[in-house]
Amino acid sequence: MPEILLQAQNLSRHFRLAGPWGRGPVLQAVDGVNFDLPGGETLGLVGESGCGKSTLGRLVLALLTPTRGEVRFLGEDLHRLPKARLKEARKQLQIIFQDPYSSLNPRMTVGQILEEPFIIHGLGTRKDRRDWTAQLLQEVGLSPEQRDRYPHEFSGGQRQRIGIARALALKPRLIVADEPVSALDVSIQAQILNLLAELQGRHGLTYLFISHDLSVISRISTRIAVMYAGRLMELASREIFDTARLHPYTEALLAAVPLPDPDRPFKPPALRGEPPSPLAIPSGCPFHPRCPEAQLPVCREVAPEYRETAPGHWVACHFR
Amino acid sequence: MKRREFWARLRRNRLAMTGLTLVVGLFAVSLLAPWLAPYDPNFIDLKEVLMPPTSQHLLGTDPLGRDVLSRIIYGSAVSLKVGFVAVGLATLIGLIIGAVAGFYGGWVDQVLMRLVDLMLCFPTFFLILAVIALLEPSIWNIMVVIGLTNWMGVARLVRAEFLSLKEREFVVAARALGASDARLMVRHLLPNALAPVMVSATLGVAGAILTESALSFLGLGVQPPTPSWGNILTAGKDNIEIAWWLSFFPGLAILATVMSYNLLGEGIREAIDPRLKE
Repeated sequence: MPEILLQAQNLSRHFRLAGPWGRGPVLQAVDGVNFDLPGGETLGLVGESGCGKSTLGRLVLALLTPTRGEVRFLGEDLHRLPKARLKEARKQLQIIFQDPYSSLNPRMTVGQILEEPFIIHGLGTRKDRRDWTAQLLQEVGLSPEQRDRYPHEFSGGQRQRIGIARALALKPRLIVADEPVSALDVSIQAQILNLLAELQGRHGLTYLFISHDLSVISRISTRIAVMYAGRLMELASREIFDTARLHPYTEALLAAVPLPDPDRPFKPPALRGEPPSPLAIPSGCPFHPRCPEAQLPVCREVAPEYRETAPGHWVACHFR
Repeated sequence: MKRREFWARLRRNRLAMTGLTLVVGLFAVSLLAPWLAPYDPNFIDLKEVLMPPTSQHLLGTDPLGRDVLSRIIYGSAVSLKVGFVAVGLATLIGLIIGAVAGFYGGWVDQVLMRLVDLMLCFPTFFLILAVIALLEPSIWNIMVVIGLTNWMGVARLVRAEFLSLKEREFVVAARALGASDARLMVRHLLPNALAPVMVSATLGVAGAILTESALSFLGLGVQPPTPSWGNILTAGKDNIEIAWWLSFFPGLAILATVMSYNLLGEGIREAIDPRLKE
């Protein structure tokens, strides 16, 4: 059993919005999320837009403070670490973003962008840092001669590689990839996914891979978590997910994946309606208004317990 | 915004280039004043009092027989100094207050922005008048007071830029790398917020020059015998029926200078604005 790198326990983040007279309504972005992430694995986090995936990613990196619950990295509660220790821990925790256009500072050259992690942590001499940035560029398939160029001189795929190189600089153990290929062309998507897989093998990285695209998720993940309205609905290894998934929402998501097959008959979408607003999460099971299956009073009234039905397979549903 | 593209777009704007040329010319004039001025600006010649423009005195003389051209040339240094020091001070204060308010948000932002509102309530010119009346009127006091009463616009600009920039992903990335607040502000936010500040500073120079001229005109600015465009005008006011040149030429100098800063500022604004891209 590999060590548990990351643990989320009852992790919640609510935002209080500003109303016309001061305090407004509460937005539940993430609510009561639990999971363990063993080192070396890739946990794919899938869900519709606005379900709280990115907020969860930022909580895990201590870029946001949780309202309740904790994030344990190698057993330590990240949000209770003193400032200096947190800065040290940040070396181990990095992030890759969706939009390769806003994730790089337009006023810095690629060399400056990649050198910055070392400067922040006071590592190496000027010459060391130059060598290291050259290595980083090579590692992501770019050439060290490109270090003096500005981000706008690169294509979207190349910029995403620069973002990946920056995330790799401090030799992290965990990388949160927040929709890293959603803004790219399909052909470039494959290149970036291959690069991520290759880097994982070479450096023993652990990924929390966030995406709304199930085909991307199932390609790269060893475990898959399904999120809905700020809560986890189901979490399982990919094998279980492919063969023995349980939650009706998971089923509906999979049924909605388009297949590039012109002979396949058109199926109407399995899900009715819209995902709920995080300002008004339905009572009981948050999925009950759209659930194609059980429509029982218990679904409306009682939030289902998130429990382990088989080793490593977690589900939140009254009927499974 | 790429620097080369910025220059190309600025150069195509004829009015802005006129403004830039005049501003650069003014700099040259004030630096080379001792060589350009035909006379000592404070040399009193009572035989040549209130002479109209002639070949000896190109812009005429004042009631003490001093050469107006020489006084305008020396006076340009005052305008330049006031423009740059006052606006530099205002921009610096505005940058710091706006940056802190926008970056930290919450109650810090509330307190600082209410301070801005409070300062904007005062009619600036009369506030300056009151302060100068209490202190002794000197060019340094004027510059400091103009600076201290003109930073609010910059503070609001910078705050707005910081509010939107701090959510950008490259800033979040730097935070994830462990960058300190100071580093985030100086390396990541500030360089991306400077463009509108540049425009407002350029336009601010024009305003500061105008304020100084008005103060000197009222006798609360640069004190005679040191020449400034404002206090040459004061002498002109008393003799306006008999010596038009005494009001006309310093007035023209103020007009041309203020206008060229405004043209340059507008030109920079247009060159920066991505919506105007053809």
